[in-house]
Amino acid sequence: MLKNELQSILSGKQLLPDELSFPPSDLLNYEEVTYKEGITFKNKKPICNRCGNSDPVWFAKFPCARCRNTEVYCRKCIMMGRISECTQLVGWSGPPPEIQLPDKILEWNGTLSKGQSAASIRVAEAIRKNKELLVWAVCGAGKTEILFPGIEAALAKKKRVCIATPRTDVVLELVPRLKSAFPNIPIAALYGGSEDRHVYAPLTISTTHQLLRFYNAFDTLILDEVDAFPYTVEESLKYAAVQARKPESAIIYLTATPSTKWQRECRSGKRDFVTIPARFHRHPLPVPLFEWCGNWKKLLTKGKMPAPVCKWVQQRLGVNKQSLIFFPNIKIMEKALPILRQIDSKVESVHAEDPDRKEKVQKMRDNLILILLTTTILERGVTFPNIDVAVIGAEEDTFTESALVQIAGRAGRSPKFPTGDVTFFHYGKTEAMLKARKQIVAMNREAVKKGLVDP
Amino acid sequence: MNLFRADRCLLCHEIINLPVGWVSLFSPEKEKLLCSDCEGKLQPILGETCRLCCRILNEFRREDLCIDCVRWEEDPEWQGVLERNISLYVYNDFLKEVIARFKYRGDYVIAKAFANPIKEKLIGDVFIPIPLSEERLFERGFNQSEALLSGAGIPATLGILTRVHTEKQSKKTRNERIHLPQVFQITEDTKIYGKKVVLIDDIYTTGSTLRHAAKLLKEAGAKSVESFTLARG
Repeated sequence: MLKNELQSILSGKQLLPDELSFPPSDLLNYEEVTYKEGITFKNKKPICNRCGNSDPVWFAKFPCARCRNTEVYCRKCIMMGRISECTQLVGWSGPPPEIQLPDKILEWNGTLSKGQSAASIRVAEAIRKNKELLVWAVCGAGKTEILFPGIEAALAKKKRVCIATPRTDVVLELVPRLKSAFPNIPIAALYGGSEDRHVYAPLTISTTHQLLRFYNAFDTLILDEVDAFPYTVEESLKYAAVQARKPESAIIYLTATPSTKWQRECRSGKRDFVTIPARFHRHPLPVPLFEWCGNWKKLLTKGKMPAPVCKWVQQRLGVNKQSLIFFPNIKIMEKALPILRQIDSKVESVHAEDPDRKEKVQKMRDNLILILLTTTILERGVTFPNIDVAVIGAEEDTFTESALVQIAGRAGRSPKFPTGDVTFFHYGKTEAMLKARKQIVAMNREAVKKGLVDP
Repeated sequence: MNLFRADRCLLCHEIINLPVGWVSLFSPEKEKLLCSDCEGKLQPILGETCRLCCRILNEFRREDLCIDCVRWEEDPEWQGVLERNISLYVYNDFLKEVIARFKYRGDYVIAKAFANPIKEKLIGDVFIPIPLSEERLFERGFNQSEALLSGAGIPATLGILTRVHTEKQSKKTRNERIHLPQVFQITEDTKIYGKKVVLIDDIYTTGSTLRHAAKLLKEAGAKSVESFTLARG
């Protein structure tokens, strides 16, 4: 193993010896190789030094055949390979590989909307000054393009940049877009099972989980959809982000739906942020309607659907309008499916564990499904050009403020069809419903004020 | 039962909700290790199964044997080598994921999730986990079959059966697996003479591995050899 090969594999990383594509004995020749204990103890309580887990319920013990001791291992990040007491994380203390820059870095000729370019300037500034910035951009604002000038400036300074996003689908969608914007810059795409995992690149696009393999790596870290995870997962990903960025670095958060805490911090001036309150197509966001539909749960157990819901569905069927109907969970959705199929036999449903999930979403895209019932899996990321959206049981806990804003954000995405009906059917309004509507209305108002929507 | 700290499901880590009442407070209850959602996704092997290998029978059968077992039993070399196989669950997508996490990611504690059914259904004199080669054992850090026994609190008998390193089974075709040279060896036979031996493995796929081991054990004096697996592939 040559030194420069090792340098590009280990720079900015913290890897398990098992993850290396060569025998660990090759490491012994180089003094730049660093070792860190996988698990350490503080007051006799274990801490995982890769994912930061220190909650005792997330640890277990096993008799290790390697060291012949019964030792503690971390269950929280086990999907990335097991870390136990006798495991060491391998890193690199030498300089990173030299990057050769092309003459022209950014080859993108598109234009930014007024809202986008204002945000774009702030992003570039935060990157230049190694600051923290939240970009609060409505669903469909066009978040990716606003990053281009900032990324260009960072790369020109030989800074290493990473965009991290929760889902593999999004990584796969972002890579070709960034490759065409930065055609002469090597880009590493990282997700579970990716072939680029040992590639050193100035621009990395990664799932948030893969950040756990990095240490002191990035000068600019862009975190997409920071709100997409449940709280406990979020904690370990936050830890991963802190580990992955350099102490002196910029961090950009992108989201359409910041948490209540972050919203408060924005309002009180504790958090630096910029909003893009309007979509690039210059139409306001559809505002959800609340419709009381009585005790829908009870009706469903009797094999019935609330009348307002039936009416809503029939109206869409009547005018052939594609619609997404969100349900709080699979069980409830499965009860509703046969009832709605009595109205129209072609109603379909999809959920996270559905083996035909991909095909069904594609059929919806190809306009072969008219009414699609879904759980919250289609709440974000997916775009159908011309749909109406309903939520059944919007008062349920699953439908948090951010889930509801995201769901409402599915409607009116395309410039050709910039409007759409969004109805929350409920049996009692919740705080989350009110906050979601308030957030959407406030964004629309701000957009008008800033002249970002057409009257 | 723990009154103050919620028990969490070993597989999905959600809090397990137990019906709380006087009965559950005062009766010595079995420790609940899985939530009802995960428990529901495990599919016990029910209905008419092959007398020998526990496969759910379909049209490819001869009386109460599946066609694979018919082929084994017609071969005088293998006839009667394996007394029978007991498997707990159908190897469905959910169990596939669970076993992958348990054995390849190395989440040892998952073995405990199956403690109750193993304790219930495992009967015999001597329990021998299918051994791993040294290389494989080093790679995984533990033997998954041994872990299943130890999770159920059943003592494993080790050091009788050992293995020579070969390629991964899952990379071979059925034919290649059946016509394998013997991959096991017997290093000590005093503990199995005249005993009812049960071999433990995580999955029964073709039954080839288990029959190779069973053959040696019978030749070494075991009265009978059965096998017990978590999944029937």
